[in-house]
Amino acid sequence: MSLWFQNENRLPQMRLTVISYTVVGLMALLLLGFWKLQIVNSDRYTQLAERNRVRSIPIIAPRGSMLDRYGRVIVDNYPSFSVLLLRDDPQQVERLLPQIADGLNLTLEDVQQQLEAATSLAHFQPIVIKPEATPGDRDFIESHRADIPVLEMLMVYRRRYPSGGFMAHVSGYVGEVSSDQIEESGGRYRPGDIVGKAGLERQYNDHLMGVDGMRRSVVNSVGREVGRLEQTDAVPGKPIRLTIDYDLQLVAEEALVGKRGAVVAIEPKTGEVLAMAGQPSYDPNDFAVRISKEEWQQLNENPERPLLDRAIQAQLAPGSVFKILMATAMLESKAVPADYHVFCPGSAAFYGRVFHDWEAKGHGEVDLHKAIVHSCDVFFYNLGKQLGIDRISFYAGNLGLGHKTGVDLPGEETGVVPSEAWKQRVFHQKWYPGETISVAIGQGAVAVTPIQLAYMLSGITMGGRFHQPHLLLSDKPAPEIDFPISDSTVDTVTEGMYGVVNEPGGTAGASKLPGIELCGKTGSAQVISEEGLKRAGKKAELKDNAWFVGFAPRQHPDIVVSALVQGGGHGGVAAAPIARAVIKAYYDKKQGKIPPQELTTQAVPPGIPPSFAAEAARSNKPDAGAEETVPTNPDPVPTKPQPVSTTPRPTPPPTLNP
Amino acid sequence: MNDDGIGIRDYDWWLVAIILAICAFGVVEIWSATHAGHLAGMHVKQMWWIAVGLAFMLLLSRLDYHSVLDKAPILYLIGIIALLAVLAMGHTRYGAKRWLPVMGEFLQVSEIAKLIIIVSLARFFSDVRTERLSITDLCKAAVLTAVPIGLILLQPDLGTAMVLIPVVAVGAYLAGIQWKHAAVMVLAAALMVPIGWHHLKPYQKDRVTTFLRPEEDPKGSGYQILQSKIAVGSGGFWGKGLGHGSQNQLGFVPVRYSDFILAALAEELGFAGVFVTLVLYTALLLRLIQNAQHAKDRAGMFLVMGVAAILAFHVLVNVAMVIGFMPVTGIPLPLMSYGGSAMLFVFLALGLVMNVRLRRFVN
Repeated sequence: MSLWFQNENRLPQMRLTVISYTVVGLMALLLLGFWKLQIVNSDRYTQLAERNRVRSIPIIAPRGSMLDRYGRVIVDNYPSFSVLLLRDDPQQVERLLPQIADGLNLTLEDVQQQLEAATSLAHFQPIVIKPEATPGDRDFIESHRADIPVLEMLMVYRRRYPSGGFMAHVSGYVGEVSSDQIEESGGRYRPGDIVGKAGLERQYNDHLMGVDGMRRSVVNSVGREVGRLEQTDAVPGKPIRLTIDYDLQLVAEEALVGKRGAVVAIEPKTGEVLAMAGQPSYDPNDFAVRISKEEWQQLNENPERPLLDRAIQAQLAPGSVFKILMATAMLESKAVPADYHVFCPGSAAFYGRVFHDWEAKGHGEVDLHKAIVHSCDVFFYNLGKQLGIDRISFYAGNLGLGHKTGVDLPGEETGVVPSEAWKQRVFHQKWYPGETISVAIGQGAVAVTPIQLAYMLSGITMGGRFHQPHLLLSDKPAPEIDFPISDSTVDTVTEGMYGVVNEPGGTAGASKLPGIELCGKTGSAQVISEEGLKRAGKKAELKDNAWFVGFAPRQHPDIVVSALVQGGGHGGVAAAPIARAVIKAYYDKKQGKIPPQELTTQAVPPGIPPSFAAEAARSNKPDAGAEETVPTNPDPVPTKPQPVSTTPRPTPPPTLNP
Repeated sequence: MNDDGIGIRDYDWWLVAIILAICAFGVVEIWSATHAGHLAGMHVKQMWWIAVGLAFMLLLSRLDYHSVLDKAPILYLIGIIALLAVLAMGHTRYGAKRWLPVMGEFLQVSEIAKLIIIVSLARFFSDVRTERLSITDLCKAAVLTAVPIGLILLQPDLGTAMVLIPVVAVGAYLAGIQWKHAAVMVLAAALMVPIGWHHLKPYQKDRVTTFLRPEEDPKGSGYQILQSKIAVGSGGFWGKGLGHGSQNQLGFVPVRYSDFILAALAEELGFAGVFVTLVLYTALLLRLIQNAQHAKDRAGMFLVMGVAAILAFHVLVNVAMVIGFMPVTGIPLPLMSYGGSAMLFVFLALGLVMNVRLRRFVN
């Protein structure tokens, strides 16, 4: 061995020491790094670790169903599957996107758009990329669990409405919560929640909507579930029981098919809405999954305005139906004597202008009763002049017009009751006395909704007790407004309305119901003034709006119905049969002449099929009027409803106090 | 060979104790990281490697290091030939040619190369007799190191190649490098960076860019560092307990039994466990330096400090990577990370240290 190493034994001790200190220093620095991660920022990283290992998948709570007054299911849910995309790993998602789009029969752009729309949501929150999964989609997901781990099936409940737009305006529809709604809700709604957007769905959303649960499971780094954590079960929404009688609703819907209009049936003693229908309508089922922009636009821009809930939103001139109010005002105000009468030559001149009666021949000598029965315009022109606009306006306001009835539906309109002050406020113009003459027969600026007319008539027939109309069945009586009307006034007015249907020459004589004291008043309101009509020069398209309000029996009525057919022409021809059909069905049912419809939502026929009305007509004809007395106790409750619904139904269908 | 009068008590038992303590941490954490999956049983294999390593260490310590250093030129040549052989007929795994089949096992030749470089540089620097390192000698040392580095880079194995640099750096420092030379060398190295950048593989570039801007790509290349940091951070002070680290057990920590074993340990044993581990490593390094200080001659010192430089570099870079202070380089944590070749290298290197210590009084 060579001895090359032996002559140098001095070691650079100083430099070795420097190296020692360097090592200690660097180690201390690293330890400081650990300190920062493990002590200072520990909470943050603990959260991140949790987020890594825990996957949260929502459990959707079913919405409460809607039952009719006898517990028959009108709106419920059906289980369905949505495809969830888990976005924890954006790169993986990006890479798999074409495969996913292909497998689920979606376009790549569509999927990408949805991903972009969700960028504001937290990464760990999965998004629904296909709301309604087909069996094929499910197979696709199951067979690609290993190579496409980012897809998951989510059980959801979809709303099932009667098809064909049946009761659509009442039930409303649901949809994904809007950002405005989230803000308003003060934290109750979260993005992606399904909430009521219109109708009862919206009105009673808090009651109907359940609380979604959450299933939390442990996943490993490749997304495979390796364990279950706790599970918060969904709390299903509570059902609501409506005042609607499905049987009457069916008749009302049928009667309106192909028309533009609305029907409202109210029980005057309680304010319960027994039926409420509007046409044209829409199919709320279209909204249940996800309505496309085009469909939505189409619905919105449709000139027929199917989204308009005419029963509470159509504000139109009431025409001669307004004469009921005029008559009541006359008798209550005592501005003219009760035996006030005028001669009707077929027209009359006021303030230098000629106002025509609908009957050019004239009605001759006319008192109040005859004026109602024959709907004499000249009588009411004169009466209007005598009363003056402010008195008319006072009574209209107190008898339910010009303000919301308070029915438990969103979006109710107020209508218009003109007065001097109103004109000054809105148009900054003076009221012309000539306008009062038009208002006196329900033309001019006066505008009402169908439900207002039913409400007004209910109150008048009840001697001035106005029960707030409502759709939610409740044990407690609805709020009530009293504007006492003397019995004699009520008698005179209802007598007149009885005559409209039952006296010779009454404007709704064709609508007589044997055995039932059907009372009513027709209205044929001009859409535009006669001068305007001449100028427009096309009569057909601007036919009068046909109105009919009716009730039965004459005293202490069980049911009040208001019917509107826009462009229907004469009220006695176009609208009266509709109201009549509903009232007839009411009594037929009471007398057990028609069997109540067994109903589950699945059984609701597409469109409004003829079965019921036809059957009712057949069974009714021979013995009509056999039973004059109307049973006072509520009709026997039909056989228990057997809802075909997969949702676990909370046992007692409770009622909700509004 | 027992004629040199070395007794049992002459061994550095403190050093052995520290080594075994570190190894024990490693084995426990390997067990924890792998016991539940298809990798179960790794810790047993690791214990075998440790046993074999200890045997090699003791064997090597019996051999006089002067005779090893004597053969340095030949060893160096053998090392170069072996590295060439790897390039020519090596076994490719994970996209890099690093393994040569030896006796049925795949041997990572660069691990042996590290040892040979330590020996060669120790020999070279102890041959320098001047108080100050001349520029000629510095350049010679640089070339001596650059050749194997180049060959290892061709495999490609950036991590191992980088590991050699501290050996020559520490050697030059102890050999009395002049400050201006050091400055020039550093400058030259800095200039090499952009050139070297061009030759990096895409995955290596990724590692560096994501290290510099991890938030740009949280689940791409930055994924490993992020997951490692989450594991470390979520461990807190006392840790989640052995076998209970979710990041570790559910596989979020990348190669948790090897390069990122300290992340797994930090998650399950917390700051307390990390503290003990790092103290052990510090003790190990200081013990090595102390042995260098007490070496009988400069050759021994250079040998020990070569080993210390490589181990220190490994530990510092690996630990820094685990907490996101450095990009992912693929440098394992000595004595803890799973792996036979690395284990053997460390024990052989420590055998050299032992060797120097045993001979501090003889001759």
